[in-house]
Amino acid sequence: MRLRLSDQDVAFRDEMREFFTTQVPQEIRDKVRDRRELTKDDIVQAQRVLNAGGLAVPGWPVEWGGKDWTNLQRHIWHEEMQLACVPAPLAFNASMIGPVIAAFGSQEIKERFLPATANLDIWWSQGFSEPDAGSDLASLRTTAVRDGDHYVVNGQKTWTTLGQYGDWIFTLVRTNPDAPKKQAGISMLLIDMTTPGLTVRPIELIDGGHEVNEVWFEDVRVPAENLVGEENAGWTYAKFLLGNERVGVAPVGSSKRLLAQAKEHAREIRTSSGTLLDDPLVAARVAELENDLLALELTALRVAAHSADGKPHPASSVLKLQGTVLQQAVTELFVDLAGPDVVASGAADGSQVPHWARVSAPQYLNYRKASIYGGSNEVQRQIIAGTILGL
Amino acid sequence: MDFTLDSEQLALRDAVRGLLGKAYGSIDARRDATASDPGFDEKTWSRLADMGVLALPFAEEDGGVGAGPAEVMVVAEEVGRVLAPEPFVEAVVLAGGLVAAQGTAEQRAELIGGLAAGESLLALAHLEPGRHWSAGAPDVTATRSGDGWTLDGVKEPVLHGARADVLLVTAAVEGRTALFVVRADAGGLERTGYRTFDGSRAAHVRFISTPAEPLGEPGADATAALEAALAAARVAYAHESVGAMATALETTSEYLRTRKQFGVPLKTFQALTFRAADMYVSLELARSAAAWATLVLADEPERAPEAARRAAFQVSKAGRHVGQEAIQLHGGIGMTAEYSVGHYTARLTAIDHLLGDGSDHLRHLAASVSDHGVVEPMP
Repeated sequence: MRLRLSDQDVAFRDEMREFFTTQVPQEIRDKVRDRRELTKDDIVQAQRVLNAGGLAVPGWPVEWGGKDWTNLQRHIWHEEMQLACVPAPLAFNASMIGPVIAAFGSQEIKERFLPATANLDIWWSQGFSEPDAGSDLASLRTTAVRDGDHYVVNGQKTWTTLGQYGDWIFTLVRTNPDAPKKQAGISMLLIDMTTPGLTVRPIELIDGGHEVNEVWFEDVRVPAENLVGEENAGWTYAKFLLGNERVGVAPVGSSKRLLAQAKEHAREIRTSSGTLLDDPLVAARVAELENDLLALELTALRVAAHSADGKPHPASSVLKLQGTVLQQAVTELFVDLAGPDVVASGAADGSQVPHWARVSAPQYLNYRKASIYGGSNEVQRQIIAGTILGL
Repeated sequence: MDFTLDSEQLALRDAVRGLLGKAYGSIDARRDATASDPGFDEKTWSRLADMGVLALPFAEEDGGVGAGPAEVMVVAEEVGRVLAPEPFVEAVVLAGGLVAAQGTAEQRAELIGGLAAGESLLALAHLEPGRHWSAGAPDVTATRSGDGWTLDGVKEPVLHGARADVLLVTAAVEGRTALFVVRADAGGLERTGYRTFDGSRAAHVRFISTPAEPLGEPGADATAALEAALAAARVAYAHESVGAMATALETTSEYLRTRKQFGVPLKTFQALTFRAADMYVSLELARSAAAWATLVLADEPERAPEAARRAAFQVSKAGRHVGQEAIQLHGGIGMTAEYSVGHYTARLTAIDHLLGDGSDHLRHLAASVSDHGVVEPMP
């Protein structure tokens, strides 16, 4: 047992910190710090800086730009990135389809897509969920029917995050409607989003923003070579992808940073007897959140240090669940600190109400998503009960 | 940062698990041991002494083994797993830790030597009736009398106070809190023992001009020694609680798998399995916080009081959650004394209140919330 990082890991942490705080444009990091919306160009630019430094896709196989890091080093990379307000590499590229192509794609597909995916030359969208297939993903109904050298795709996907920027979409489609189990008739297809018959329609969310979309497919012809791996084996690839998605989803570093910012704001809010941070109830709430985040971070470190033999630590399932609970609790704290200023969400930059207070309610509403995406927290409980507790 | 046990620590765990598992393989054995005074099994206590467990955290020159917080953690967790009633944390970590921190070389050799051999039981008499947890102890006063000192006042509840061979007593001396050693055969010492709700024993202890020997330098302020020993004891209790919570959850899961109602196992009902999943989340967060506090005790002692409170606060929340749900998910059987889970909940409840409860820890953490930006686990 040891509290401190090894000298090697300290050097690694310093190297990450140095890179993130000097190489990624300050203007982009300021936007993240101030909780301002990033443009597509911001996200692309940040990822290209990371990729140029070899830090965009460390989880991939080394031959495709990955790093032969320990799990602890990957954890440090992720934490330092969040603390430095660096936008994470686009999850659809770096954490989702990239590792799937690297693991299951043909050599041709790897060469065609992986370098462009790492560099965000291709912006990937995710086409998994459907109106009738949410947590029950295997019930999906979008069909792909083989017609010569093509598949003809028909159906509808939904909740496609940032689909308005998407160049390509990785989809789960039903290729065998007669399979004995619904999971057995699913394939993974890569689809160029400029193909005729493909339409992206925005969904407005409760925060007033446009983050997710519906994607419609009407007789969309997709070259058969865009199939990932084997036909009807898509469920295996999807499970692999979703497993990866869970691991990276506990946002400890960004919640810590936001909580520290919340304290600074609380120090500036006037009450009849001082500032909000002097209020014992506010201080206790902050202290409890700090302690909960510490326990989460330590659990993440335990998981990172323990997964070296390739098997995920049983506690890894806790990370997504508790990580999003705390992420939401921090956004809730911002709303409460803002008080009545919270309603100034439509005010422009000339307003006397600080920017953090103006965006606090939309962000609070927006982050209700965190316990729904990436396998809802109810799905996580199902996993814990089933795979860990044997229930 | 590394949370893994080395081979010697694993061997210690297996040895202690073997010994305590044999003694307390069922809740009946524990009920038998706690049915009569002194509320634990003297033979098991001796066997722990023979194994070197009671000597673990003490320096070799004091008759100890020279092991560290990690070894204490390993033992405390095993104690919690089977709810062993032997006072490992109370006597070794807390009372013994105070002697190690504050005692003279002679006192350390005698008191720690006797404790480590299982021949002399130490107990800390600090709590005073009707007072919430406090580092001070104004109701028992120490007075110089000739060459020596005498104590007057009441301590209660004193864990294992009636059985103890030696009491370490906090007392007020000119506004300071000092520590004194009182032998069981001292004059003017009245001890009335009783059973506690978790099967342990405590006592009302009255001092009437009771002769006492200062621990360490006469009349010296013991606040720092108390703070250090308390931090170690809070962390050890956190591990005892983690062990107890782990068993309570295992027992509950097994019950959900096997108990049938409406013709199906209870695990068929998501309303129950989701709650068990939440218990697991609480347990693992508490386990992480406790293990971290042990690392801090070993490597960054100046931060130990804060780390101990952080762990104790996390464990306080988890212990209530897991303990309450363990009973509820069992239903009526969980309420009975012949079944195990209620005893686990009782023990978790006792531990939660002995050295400051969750609210007390939170109050301290809240008071220092403006002193830092983020809480960093590593130096």
